[in-house]
Order: sequence, then structure tokens, then C-alpha cells
Amino acid sequence: MLADALLLNLGYNATLVAIGATLLGISAGGTGTFLFLRKRALVSDAISHATLPGVGLAFIVMVALGGDGRNLIGLLAGSAVSAWVGLLCLSWLTRRTRLAEDAAIGAVLSVFFGFGIVLLTVIQTMGSGRQAGLESFLLGATAGMLRADALVIALGGALALALIVLLRRPLTLVAFDPDYATARGLPVHRLDLALMGLVMAVTVVGLKIVGLILIVALLIIPPVAARFWTERAGTVALLAGLFGGLSGYVGAAVSAAAPGLPTGPIIVLVSFAIFALSLLFAPGRGVLAALLRHLRYRRRVHLRQGLLALAQDQPIYERLTLRLLARAGLARPDGVPTGAGRARAAKALRDEARWADLRADPEHEAAAALYDGLRDIETVLTRDQIAEIDRRLGGPQEVTP
Amino acid sequence: MSGAEFVPLSLTPMLIGTCAAVACALPGNFLVLRRQALIGDAISHVVLPGIVVAFLLTGAIAAWPMMLGAGGAAVLAVALIEAIRRLGRIEPGAAMGVVFTSMFAGGVLLLEQSDTSSVHLDVQHALYGNLESLIWLDATGWASLLDPEALGALPPELIRMAVTLLVVIGFTWLLWRPLKLSTFDEGFARTLGMRTGLLGLALVIVAAVAAVAAFDAVGSIIVIAMFICPPAAARLMTDRLEHQVGWSVAFAVLSAVLGYVLAGYGPLWLGAQDAVSAAGMIATVSGVILALAARFGPCRSRTGAPQEI
Repeated sequence: MLADALLLNLGYNATLVAIGATLLGISAGGTGTFLFLRKRALVSDAISHATLPGVGLAFIVMVALGGDGRNLIGLLAGSAVSAWVGLLCLSWLTRRTRLAEDAAIGAVLSVFFGFGIVLLTVIQTMGSGRQAGLESFLLGATAGMLRADALVIALGGALALALIVLLRRPLTLVAFDPDYATARGLPVHRLDLALMGLVMAVTVVGLKIVGLILIVALLIIPPVAARFWTERAGTVALLAGLFGGLSGYVGAAVSAAAPGLPTGPIIVLVSFAIFALSLLFAPGRGVLAALLRHLRYRRRVHLRQGLLALAQDQPIYERLTLRLLARAGLARPDGVPTGAGRARAAKALRDEARWADLRADPEHEAAAALYDGLRDIETVLTRDQIAEIDRRLGGPQEVTP
Repeated sequence: MSGAEFVPLSLTPMLIGTCAAVACALPGNFLVLRRQALIGDAISHVVLPGIVVAFLLTGAIAAWPMMLGAGGAAVLAVALIEAIRRLGRIEPGAAMGVVFTSMFAGGVLLLEQSDTSSVHLDVQHALYGNLESLIWLDATGWASLLDPEALGALPPELIRMAVTLLVVIGFTWLLWRPLKLSTFDEGFARTLGMRTGLLGLALVIVAAVAAVAAFDAVGSIIVIAMFICPPAAARLMTDRLEHQVGWSVAFAVLSAVLGYVLAGYGPLWLGAQDAVSAAGMIATVSGVILALAARFGPCRSRTGAPQEI
């Protein structure tokens, strides 16, 4: 069943939803990357909640004009307008008052959403038989998706994606260094508004599939997951698009495969799974990689300290050090050094002396700054320099066993 | 309006709304000043999975297991946010966004998967609450306030909310000086030997308690709005924390009462038949108050601090 769903064999509606969700995921991931890099990820939360009054008002207006209140394009246009108004309120609150951005986000989010709920209850009581099903915009509803709806979503997603590709350079610059961007003559405030406009477009397009509460997830989670894998902004955007598209596709397929699996939450949970995998297993920034790095570092510290202790004939009480020395064949389990261990220990002690000499010499300040107790001196100095230090230190001295 | 109609139908919802608003606005003051305002948003989202899990475990809609579940979910969410922030070196806003959306999605999924059709538990209820239905049926008029028998039939939400409000007031009153100090100058507070990390956690937990109790009665919209709007508006009115807290309480009470009245009677005045959502209206009124404060408040502009980009 799941294989059928993944291969788009579950019928017309499921295929439409899967394609729409994939496109939505790609554009949301790409857009969200710049929002995330600008450290304003939660602005999307305010924007998405601010769409609700627009949906309600658009419905009321369309019914008042005698049309069908459920026309998707009309509802989406209304939601876009009110999201834009919310965005302007947010921007005004942060720029013109002393409130910090997070308070402004929370205020816009809750007030617009509350007003939207008021409008929804107004609509519920408006006329008989006009049960609009506008609540479906809260969590998304894909069951009754029409071909026209899918086309609107696909077009909107593609448009947002094209704009992201066009604006990627100035947006990256603004995200990393707004001061420099201002100095270069870039209209930072307008670029910020453009980015918010893109976020708004993605939100509006995503209302139908994942709903306004969960669209935030598609804007935030894929970029955060992508950030683990690379240090380059362009690659983060590409990966985020890939992760977002994958979540949309797999999520839509899984939700089509069995009843009682709502599309929006499944898509979000799939993207969270991708995030969790990235957090754990990404090379470099992942938790597992960091753990391995830490263990390797600890092993090096223990070995080094153990060798120095052997060289100075001090007893070793630390179990881990003993075990590591024994495993490397440098000491017996009772702490008595082997021949190889004696040689390595003598070398370690001599290296310490060389480092001490190097660090006492102001001429080698830069090289001496690299001393951390672990680094091999051969990686810092040439053979000639080491020989010079050795001349000052005198010849190798015997290590008394 | 006569007492015979007002007391049973409107008095208790109004009181519950007011208690909830004040209980959220008090910790909200510190959250807004510490730039943690969105913790309230995150908590109110993760309450849903907590309640659903509590329902699945106990199989019944009972207040205490649900509050425990919601509180547990809130603490879990805060821990997860912190873990992701530290382990992944992700900025706090994004970490919060990852956690609360995922947990909310999990809650919705659990809700759809489990058979909750027989009980009153759905996403809409969680969002809007049902303030209007918390009526006091045994009351007959103002005299019922002195009638022990009628008082015994008060909606349990009112008692819970009042107790929560007392807890929140007690917390704020007892820890007033440390809270104030660590909010404005955390470094100094730490040099004085205060456990600022612990204090911050306690603040978040108290906020979660207020959110969960309020959520039970009035839904999550009011919770977010009351955490942020009254304190933010109060922040624009004064430079002193004491006055700010006073203003925020006043704004919270005003929002709750005016919002409830407008929702219940406003449509009637306009000639419509039915009331609109009280929770939504309370949030809207608090937003209007914030807008007025932002436009006319005496301390609205940022002075002395450098302009942020």
C-alpha cells in the first residue's frame, strides 16, 4: 500500500496532493532558509496566523457579493491581504516602539488569530446551510482537493521558488551582514519585506495542504535540518528545498496510504524525522560526530598524559589511561612501560621540553600560540628549527627506568 | 440586565476569563522583558499533545490528569528546545519552531488516530476553549453569591483558575526582587550568587502552569494573547516595573471583561442573533489596547538604546 502510494498509484486525488505537497515543500524549504539565516524564523508564525481573518473576511465578502464563498483563489487572496497587514503591523511595532521583535510577533499572532476566530464564529451563524468548512484551513484538508486547487498551489510554489532563485544573492548578504549590505547600497528594509512577502506567498499556498498552524514547520524544520550538513548558504538552501520536497512527498504518500492519517501533521512529522536524523548523524555538526570527536580527543589527552607520567616514572592511577596505554602496546596492564612505551615516553617528554623552549622565545610567538599539550611539534616547526632547539637543550638524556 | 440572568450566565465566565487573563499577564511581564515572549506561544501549542496523551493513558476526560499531561508536555518542550539549541547550536527561535510545531503535529495525529468521538476533545476546542459554556446553573440572582448550596455548584474551572491565580501571585510576590534583578541584569544577579538559570526555569514553569490552567478553561488563543498583549501595552505606558505590572493587570482585566461583553452582547446590539467567540474577542480587545498604547503610550518609543537593525 505504501509502495503504491510512493509510486503515485493511489488515484487521481492522491497524486494531485502528492505533487502539490512536494512543490510546496521545495519552495517552503528554499524560502525558509533565508528566514532562518536572518534569525527571524518565528516571524513566519505571525504571518501564518495572520492569514485567518483574511480567509474569514474574503468568505463574507464573496457571499455578500452573491458568489460561492469557498472559491479557493478568493480565499487565498484575502488571506494574503490580511497576512500583509499583519506583517506591516509587526514591522511597525518593532521599528516604531520599544517592543522587541518576539513580543511583536506574539502580539500580531494572537490578536489576528483571535479576530479570525471571531470572524469564523460570525460565519457559522451567518446563514443556514452555509457551513463553510473554513476550519479546514487551520490544519489543512486535502481530501476534497480539485485540479484547479492543485494548479494554484503548483503555480504559487513555482513562482515563489523562481523569486528565491532571483533574489538569493542579496538575501544571503542581508542575512549575514545587514550593515555591510546597507553600506553596499542594498535596500535592506525592502529586501526584508520581499523575503516576508515570499514567506507569505508560501504560507498562503500551503493553507490548503498543511493548514496555517503547521505551515510554520515546513518553513523552519527543513532549513534547520539542512544547516547540519553544510556551512555554505547556497547548499543549505538547496538541501532545505530537497528536505522540504521529500517531506511533502513522503508525507502526502503516507497519509494517502491509510485512513486517519491527516496530511499536514504527517508531513510535519516526516520533516521532523529528517531533522532528528540530521541532528544525530550529520558529519561535523551532528551529535554523533561531536561525540566521536570528544572521545578521540579524550583518548589523545589520556595517552599523552600517560606517556609523560611514564617518562617521569610517576605511577598511573587512572584506569582509562592504563587501558589505553596497554591497548596501544605501550605499557603492561600493571603500568610498567614496554620498550616501545619507553621510547614514546622519552619522545613525549623531549617534545614537552622543546615546546617549553619554543614558548619562551618571543620570536616564535605565533607558533607557540598553537601549543595545546597535544599537538606534535613536527607539525609546527621545520626539522632545522627543531634541531636548533635541540642544540640549545643539549643531547638526549638517558631515561632512568 | 437583571441579576437573575447575569449571575448564572455571564458572571462565572467573566470571572474565569479575568482570572485566566491576570494569571497569564503576570508572568508575561517578565517573559516580555526577557525576550522570551514566544515561550507562551510554544507552551500553548504543546499543551495539545500533553492532553491527548493524558486522555489516552487514563481513558477519561478528567481535569487533573490532563493538567499533569499538559504540564509534562510543556516541561518536555522546554527541555527539548534547550537540548536542540545546545546540541545543534541552533538559534533559540528556530529551535522553538522545530519543537512546538512537531509536538503539535504529533498531538493532532494522535487525536485523529484515537477514538475521541465520544468525548469532547478536538483541536477546535483546544484553540477556542468554551468560555461561554462555563455557566453557573444553580444561581438565581445576586443572592446566590451568599448561598452555600449554590456556591457548591460553581463550575470547577473557576476554582481551579482562582487557585492558579493565587499560585502565580504568590510566586511573583515571593520572588519579586530576584526576578526583577535577574531580568534586568542577569550578570549582576549571578555575581550576587543567585541561581539565575534555576530562576528562569521556575518562571517558565509558572508560566506553563498558568497556561495549562487557563487553557483548560478558555483555550489557547487567550493564553498567547494574555501572555504578550497586556504586558507589551503596559511596557509602553511606563518605565517602572511596579507600574508596568499594575498596568498589565488592569489591561488584562479590561480585555477579559470588555471582550466577553462585546462577544456576548455586541452582536445583539448590532441586530444579529448569536454571540461570537468570547476567546477570540478577548484577544481582539487586548490587541486594540496594545495598538492604542503603541500609538499614544507615553513611553512608546525606544530612547537611549541604539537603533536595532
